[in-house]
Amino acid sequence: MFARHNLLTIDDLTNAEIEQTLSTAQSFKEINEREIKKLPTLRGLTVINAFFEPSTRTRTSFEIAGKRLGADVINFSSSGSATAKGESLADTAATLDAMACDIVVVRHRYSGAPALLAGRMRGHIINGGDGMHQHPTQTLLDLFTMQEHIGTVKGKTIGIVGDIAHSRVAGSLAPALKRLGATPVFIAPPTYLPAVPEELGAEVAYALDDILADLDVVYLLRIQGERADGRAVPSLREYATHFGMNRLRMERLGAGAIVMHPGPMNRGVEISADVADDARCVVLDQVTAGVAVRMALMYLMVGGGTDVAAT
Amino acid sequence: MGRVTSNVLDSTAIERALVRIAHEIIEANKGAHDIVLVGILTRGDVVAARLADAIEAITGTRLPVGRLDISFYRDDVRIQAAPQVHRTDITFPLEGKTVVLVDDVLFTGRTIRAAMDAVMDFGRPAAIRLAVIIDRGHRELPIRADYVGKNVPSSVSEKIRVQLMPVDECDSVDIVNGDDTDASPVDAGGDT
Repeated sequence: MFARHNLLTIDDLTNAEIEQTLSTAQSFKEINEREIKKLPTLRGLTVINAFFEPSTRTRTSFEIAGKRLGADVINFSSSGSATAKGESLADTAATLDAMACDIVVVRHRYSGAPALLAGRMRGHIINGGDGMHQHPTQTLLDLFTMQEHIGTVKGKTIGIVGDIAHSRVAGSLAPALKRLGATPVFIAPPTYLPAVPEELGAEVAYALDDILADLDVVYLLRIQGERADGRAVPSLREYATHFGMNRLRMERLGAGAIVMHPGPMNRGVEISADVADDARCVVLDQVTAGVAVRMALMYLMVGGGTDVAAT
Repeated sequence: MGRVTSNVLDSTAIERALVRIAHEIIEANKGAHDIVLVGILTRGDVVAARLADAIEAITGTRLPVGRLDISFYRDDVRIQAAPQVHRTDITFPLEGKTVVLVDDVLFTGRTIRAAMDAVMDFGRPAAIRLAVIIDRGHRELPIRADYVGKNVPSSVSEKIRVQLMPVDECDSVDIVNGDDTDASPVDAGGDT
């Protein structure tokens, strides 16, 4: 049974709960392909998207998920809000709580912000990405997409390429993969690696070309221009040469292997334009999965019943 | 599972009830045309398949059989723990058809209310009918079955256990004591 009041990190979920979320998401994916995509499941509930950091795809995905379940979804963004006027996060939490919202999705540039809110609100808190810490719903949709394309992740090798140290996507994906029996491998220049990669359950490789043929999934992270200013990597072009996915590297990909990316993509940096449009690049499937997985999560959390509502 | 206090239908009686309901459906519809059967998960799908067999034996026509999971349409999502969601499988159009909803036990009527909402989201059927093996009373909504295998007056504390082949080892409907409800698996069929 699913009994999570909040989802702050992917570690909050047991393997069984991850499986349950993914199998429930399968049902929602089928509903999302219907003509009438609306369900009455969360009718009367209020979902607040509290995004203290800009985001289009995650916010839209949560908004669609909530609306398709019949909830009222309110978007709250930091620009033009009380936060910009100096209100503390704790006061914002108290304010949102006083408005009796049932599910709050939090995106914040500081790691741990969702956890701070969770201690101060009665509603369910879902971490929509916090700082360099975690992005658990991204992990769930990534796992769903992997399952769709390569079957169970158990025994598979997943290469995560890019700025691992600053990535909340890698921060939740790697430990989850490890726990589910896969082998996550961080592939990056040393300057992009976290101090202790093993803490996230991952192995390390420094050259993409050495390991490419052994990978079942090449998971590319977005390279942020401001973090490639000559300190971590000499230039974006040099990064692309050594770690970018391009047509030549696609030819050396194993049979059945896929390319994933959490978006938004930097064409010409971590992924070349022709790879981005290749059939083996499943970025849009990830986006489709995102709505279904978030619907499943909200449904399971709210359906957790009265026994956890008191906590 | 609680102690069996009495047998309501044995395998002969279940088969007889299914054949009778099959005849009634054909009679009311004046044939087997434009009917689709939709079984409500779990157990209703088994009843629907058995009913399709019976109708085929009489008319030679194999009716389309769909399966419907009503989890997302329940009115107690926030009260009851989320059950395992099964796969809804309705691969044929419902427009202009008579949809016969099929379930094992009719109890409060809330499941049927949810099922009607779910069917409406798939299309606009000409009519929706309801066929059940057991009607045990205690309705909480103004809903009644069009085809009933057997009316079983029951007390709320009792549970009705429906076993049907091929998913169970035998065909049998029993009243069992409801004193250890936790022991009965969600999948065991019965009261909804």
